[in-house]
Amino acid sequence: MAPVAPRSGDAIFANVERVNAELFTLTYGAIVRQLLTDLEEVEEVNKQLDQMGYNIGIRLIDEFLAKSNVSRCVDFKETAEVIAKVGFKMFLGVTASVTNWDADGTCCSIVLEDNPLVDFVELPDTCQGLYYCNILSGVIRGALEMVSMKTEVTWLRDMLRGDDAFELQVKLLKQVPEEYPYKDDE
Amino acid sequence: MQFFGSSDISPSPTVPTASGNNAHMMYVFNRNGVCLLYREWNRPLRTLDAQQDQKLMFGLLFSLKSLTAKMDPTTAEKGNLGVPQLPGQGCSFHSFRTNTYKLSFMETPSGIKLILVTHPRTGDLREPLKYIYNLYVEYVAKNPLYTPGTPIRCELFNTSLDQYVRSIA
Repeated sequence: MAPVAPRSGDAIFANVERVNAELFTLTYGAIVRQLLTDLEEVEEVNKQLDQMGYNIGIRLIDEFLAKSNVSRCVDFKETAEVIAKVGFKMFLGVTASVTNWDADGTCCSIVLEDNPLVDFVELPDTCQGLYYCNILSGVIRGALEMVSMKTEVTWLRDMLRGDDAFELQVKLLKQVPEEYPYKDDE
Repeated sequence: MQFFGSSDISPSPTVPTASGNNAHMMYVFNRNGVCLLYREWNRPLRTLDAQQDQKLMFGLLFSLKSLTAKMDPTTAEKGNLGVPQLPGQGCSFHSFRTNTYKLSFMETPSGIKLILVTHPRTGDLREPLKYIYNLYVEYVAKNPLYTPGTPIRCELFNTSLDQYVRSIA
């Protein structure tokens, strides 16, 4: 039998190396600030943050799998729970919840009540279109792509825009089966 | 079985006396069949060029995995032989042994395949392979200068891998 996926990330969180939360928050803030200066357009910054998150996600998945002992990700429902309960705890120190499943079980929401990225942050009027935490959606998309799940991740609620929580919608587009990578004539 | 001459290699090798001489070689592949790492410690007989050798190894594992899943007597839902499976679907093997070597295999849901070839009398290497995966995470995945999907050129990873493999096999 494959080992059962952990129900919560508390034990792993206790064992991983951690950095000071304020340092982390301020560093992320500095990156977003610099991107706003460099790229000028808020839309471009959103895109860039998503891309940076994606690049992080495709590496982070291995750390996640190695430390959490998760050995299979076939079921999307189970995967979403593991991301919310274990993944967020392990890397951000907070727990998210999974809600709003659609009828086919291919689309759900991950709700974050507490988000360490946004401490000290207020969006000025000039940046109203900014998804400040867009890096997170990229991370999830990148990490899931590495376990063969193509997803689309969008923000439904954002506390910086006056909502009461952060809500990410994760939509499973397709699961890619393993194929033999070499062509016959090679 | 000997296909390629060279009769001085005995079919059942003597157990090496010095420790750390038990591991023959290690391969790391990603999902696309790219050989991220090939490390060799003790391989007296070489018959193919490196690229063919790696491709053959990958092909062997790929086919063997789909065969083992197909032969699984415990589950009803299995596709036809050769039909692509989702990662993590179906059962998989973790080692096989011949009279001259043992091959241990681990695959992660992210498609990284770790293969360690050792002396046939080596014990269960599943935990050591997990440890090697952790080394990969620390020294390769977290290395900002490493581009994912390319062959690994991290001295630190190689050194710690050599050291660890010497301690287990």
